[in-house]
Amino acid sequence: MEPHWHARKLLTIIAEAALERALVAEVGHAGALGYTIAEVRGAGQAGERAGDWEGERSIEFRVVCDEATAGVIADRVMGRYARDYSLVLYLSDVQVRRAERFT
Amino acid sequence: MNLDPVIPFFLLGILARLVKSDLRLPEALYEALSVYLLLALGLKGGVELAKHPAAGLLPQVLAVIALGLVLPLLAFAGLRRMVGLDRPNAAAIAAHYGSVSVVTFAAGVAWLETRGIAFEAYLALFLAILEVPGIVVGVLLARGLRVGAGFGPMLREVLTGKSVLLLLGGLAIGALLGPAGLKSTAPLFVDLFKGALCLFMLELGLVTGRQLSQLRRSGPRLVVFAVLTPLLFGFAGAALGNLLGLSVGGAALLGTLAASASYIAAPAAMRVAVPEANPGISLPIVLGVTFPFNVFIGLEVYHAYAVHLAR
Repeated sequence: MEPHWHARKLLTIIAEAALERALVAEVGHAGALGYTIAEVRGAGQAGERAGDWEGERSIEFRVVCDEATAGVIADRVMGRYARDYSLVLYLSDVQVRRAERFT
Repeated sequence: MNLDPVIPFFLLGILARLVKSDLRLPEALYEALSVYLLLALGLKGGVELAKHPAAGLLPQVLAVIALGLVLPLLAFAGLRRMVGLDRPNAAAIAAHYGSVSVVTFAAGVAWLETRGIAFEAYLALFLAILEVPGIVVGVLLARGLRVGAGFGPMLREVLTGKSVLLLLGGLAIGALLGPAGLKSTAPLFVDLFKGALCLFMLELGLVTGRQLSQLRRSGPRLVVFAVLTPLLFGFAGAALGNLLGLSVGGAALLGTLAASASYIAAPAAMRVAVPEANPGISLPIVLGVTFPFNVFIGLEVYHAYAVHLAR
């Protein structure tokens, strides 16, 4: 790996769009510096979420940060929302440029 | 009887879903259509609103707010006692039935216009007003007075949401510009109204068709509730309209408003404010039963009742 790549974690959360504001707040609380949101559709254990009208949208919420921050976000999201909302969380390894943007 | 153009489009949408067609209206078109319908209803109402002295409207506005507070309480009592639902789910569904549906209102407007029945277009103001109290009462019913920190942001979201914003904005612009000022926009906001509504109903047919397949989750008692409630609320709304001195068309439209159940603002607000309520049981009855019931049968019935009251 070239030296100017830095190891970080990518935390991906797939959730009901209703949780968007809450997830943004959690990211801010944990101290991560940014996030990306995309509208998605799909199916899982809780059934199909076709996203065909505004009451049923799902989002993919991505945060690149260090492992500790990802852990804080994931723990809080699981603790607060996993009981009542459909959620998928996964963590992957990524390499970033400009490490100072991803704490 | 005249067949409303919206009905076959709605049926086409349901059919498309039942045969598992790949038909999907682009999200952007759906968004654009809902912005259009809200503005068109608001503008039309605003022109008429300008002719009425504000002081004269105040008693009507207060009566309509009272209606919006009472209906969800009735729905809640019915859901707890007769359907036997737990508190969060009963409160969430009560909020849906206490709040209103813009498209049901628009379908009511089209129904009256098709038959050449006069009505007070400023009822669009009541459409904007009635969206809110049902949701507030629903949250209070679920949470009691310890509503918690989420209540403020939730209320703000409802009040600044696109439906209230565009309806009130349209009403204000319509009142400001008056019929002469709006004449140049009439080809878009007046002439295309029914065609746009047909497209919207096609989309709603798709959504309804999907919810119909989920109806099993709600159970027979809720399905009965979803038919009886709009009937009862429709009669109450029409009776109030009659009492307030609205025309037959206006009373029928207030009945339609009272009978309608919110499927956009209320579900979104309830999902945030009452997360333990299960949208899997509320959406099928709101979209799969009450909405089509109102469109196919309700509009006719509330108008007939308004005619009866006016005799």
